[in-house]
Amino acid sequence: MVSFTPTEDQQLLIDTMRRYALNEIRQIAHESDEESTPQMSVVNTGWQMGLVPSAIPEELGGFGEMSAITGVLAAEELAFGDLSVAMHVMTPALFAYPVTLYGTPEQKETLLPMFLEESFAPATAALLEPGVLFDAHNLKTTATAAGGKITLNGTKAYVPLADNAEWLLVYARNAESGVTDGYIVKKDTPGVEIEKRELLMGLRALPTFRVRFTDVVVEESARLGGAAGCDVNAILSRGQVALAAMAVGVARASYEYARDYAKERVQFGKPIAQNQAIAFMLAEMAIEVDSARLMAWEAAWKLDQGADASAEAYLAKQYADQMVLYVTDGGLQTLGGYGFIREYPVERWLRNGRGFPTFDGLAMV
Amino acid sequence: MTINFEIPEFLVQQTQMVKWVAETTMRPFARQLDENEHERPYEFIQMIWPILRDQQKAALDKLQRPADGDGEKKRSRPSTRILGTMLLIEMLSWGDAGIYLCLPSPALGGAAIEAVGTKEQKLRLLTRFAEGDEPVWGAMAITEPGAGSDNSSITTTAVFDEETNEWVLNGEKIFITSGKLSLEESNGLVIVWATVNKEAGRAGIKPFVVEAGSPGVSIGKVEIKHGIRTSDTVTIVLNNARIPADNILGSAEVQASRQDKGFKGAMATFDASRPLVAASALGVARAALEFVKEKLTEEGVEIPYGLPYHRLTTVQRDVLEMEALLKAAYLLTLRSVVMLDAGEHNSLEASMAKAKAGKAVTRITQKAVELLGMMGYSREWLVEKWMRDGKINDIFEGTGQINTLIVARRILDYSRHELA
Ligand SMILES: Cc1cc2nc3c(=O)[nH]c(=O)nc-3n(C[C@H](O)[C@H](O)[C@H](O)COP(=O)(O)OP(=O)(O)OC[C@H]3O[C@@H](n4cnc5c(N)ncnc54)[C@H](O)[C@@H]3O)c2cc1C
Repeated sequence: MVSFTPTEDQQLLIDTMRRYALNEIRQIAHESDEESTPQMSVVNTGWQMGLVPSAIPEELGGFGEMSAITGVLAAEELAFGDLSVAMHVMTPALFAYPVTLYGTPEQKETLLPMFLEESFAPATAALLEPGVLFDAHNLKTTATAAGGKITLNGTKAYVPLADNAEWLLVYARNAESGVTDGYIVKKDTPGVEIEKRELLMGLRALPTFRVRFTDVVVEESARLGGAAGCDVNAILSRGQVALAAMAVGVARASYEYARDYAKERVQFGKPIAQNQAIAFMLAEMAIEVDSARLMAWEAAWKLDQGADASAEAYLAKQYADQMVLYVTDGGLQTLGGYGFIREYPVERWLRNGRGFPTFDGLAMV
Repeated sequence: MTINFEIPEFLVQQTQMVKWVAETTMRPFARQLDENEHERPYEFIQMIWPILRDQQKAALDKLQRPADGDGEKKRSRPSTRILGTMLLIEMLSWGDAGIYLCLPSPALGGAAIEAVGTKEQKLRLLTRFAEGDEPVWGAMAITEPGAGSDNSSITTTAVFDEETNEWVLNGEKIFITSGKLSLEESNGLVIVWATVNKEAGRAGIKPFVVEAGSPGVSIGKVEIKHGIRTSDTVTIVLNNARIPADNILGSAEVQASRQDKGFKGAMATFDASRPLVAASALGVARAALEFVKEKLTEEGVEIPYGLPYHRLTTVQRDVLEMEALLKAAYLLTLRSVVMLDAGEHNSLEASMAKAKAGKAVTRITQKAVELLGMMGYSREWLVEKWMRDGKINDIFEGTGQINTLIVARRILDYSRHELA
């Protein structure tokens, strides 16, 4: 039966997240962005809300079950607060969720407990690679198997929080078969080199790094899912859905701000919102935000059905990529010159929004 | 409740049946009917009339049965009536949008009677749609030469003649879908919006039921059109047209202008009809998109999901964009319909869906013509026709701009005075 109403629990979660976004994240977003420094007390509050443990099944010590729908609802609210904080709080999920979904019993047993702790889990994942033409299906980072060991070589980019991480989930292409797999790598493994922090247009409060892998040798058991491997397409789909939901959050932030501003700002003797040129732009923004949200929800619902959601997830992400740019640009435009001034958040939302086509692998539900 | 996108199984099956109707009574005649404007789609009408008639009969029988308790029986689960209608219209429009508009039914006229009519009026006026071998049509007439988007400025008048106990209507209604079918080619009816008091503005505007055979009513110009050529679009001339006193829907009183019920009645039917116009747009757009994909596959062009942008050709990227656009419009429409079924207020969502679907079908079908090259532009295939058919959905039941205006007013919480 078709319904657009979240469960009571989900609604509670949305309300909690929204309060956190407005009362805590928003308060520090500008400063964190200006100083390119995460505000760890706010991040820790977000972490302690327990989104990641909630997605880990009870039999593994968590207190919930993996739900992509719940994931997108939370992701939107977090990103509505600030994208850097949203991605920061959810970075451990990039490691925890694939292990939960595809890990061998030993992998789950040894690795998942760190996500049930109160302190922020020191784990991340590395998918993106430097260069202009990234293709998740044709990674340049390689995994070569020999003598019961696997050797990783390559460079990863946009690896969030790699400096403080202890564990990395590294995606690499099997040099022989061409199959993409995830490899669980301890950061102190010889050959793993965290290069300097990246400088990006947006996402400034989220430290991301280049990570170089030079003849990094791991056991065969480090392969996510062991011999069976993992479903990389499903992992990518989960990433697309999460990013689509975050794009909705960023866009909604900008849209709501612009809407309220347009009713306040008076020019030519009346609020600028009383001109169709502004009002229609805002109406289009509202329609686009809702469109993208519904697409993310549908894809998430499909994932939760256990069905192949690759088409829905891809379309949702593709749509959200365009939507968030359109909406955040409209947000800046609505504020005119003020929109260009960094004291106003709309330019930050535009900088963050522009990154979505690039953010592969930076979020997951 | 929980977020869920699953269409109930019985509606999936119903949709399969409708697809068969579309494939057998619509698609094979689509081109020929388009080339011969004003010809009627008899195969479709004959196939569909008995079904619609029996459905209408069942609805009226239910109305006549002594009510158990007051009003409607409590339902254990939410209604799916309008969801079913949405899927029906989507599939029929996938078959052919012009033919679909010739559906022998009370159409928008019925919606107004359902919304505002008394039980007696419903039985008296709708029984014709529930009996007999001859199909019957209904229509809704608001638009006038001087009143299109601004439909509160209509000038058709209704004056009560106490001597004969009749309303006397004068004016001209244009662009009326199924007007001729309703008044000349069947024993149908048209809901005509007229003012009982011009000074009262919106409060003076009331819906009147003009039945076939009423004196003083005639069909004027029969339009020739860009698309949906099979649909009947005409001018209705009311020259001292006389209708019974009881053919006014709702009250004849001009209420204090703050509670202008009459005009609001018209607006309320828009909340219900706009999602269904959106549904028609979705059907046309899907027809074009499916066809494009089929033809591209024949040419060896597959549409992949999951590739980065730089590995897509422009054609692939165009098609993926069309697909995403259609999905966005579909989901907005679905939401507005589910709200309607749940009895929730959906003006904002209905206008969002209508604006988006009108834009989507325009973009998707225009793009489809381009992508298929000389064959897309050729009348050998239906793509160019779908482009012409689709466009109307961004015009009637409120243009794209008017629906955007409604969205804007809602989100900004502005009245029509604050945002004109
Ligand atoms: C095939 C067909 C079937 C139809 N069927 C019916 C029917 O069954 N019953 C019926 O009553 N009517 C019917 N109509 C009429 C239809 O609803 C109107 O054509 C439509 O509402 C637009 O009115 P208009 O044509 O007068 O355009 P106008 O109102 O003159 O609009 C012209 C342009 O100006 C824009 N515009 C107007 N006002 C504003 C504003 N305030 N802000 C911004 N932009 C604005 C419009 O969006 C449009 O782009 C039909 C029309 C067609 C073509």
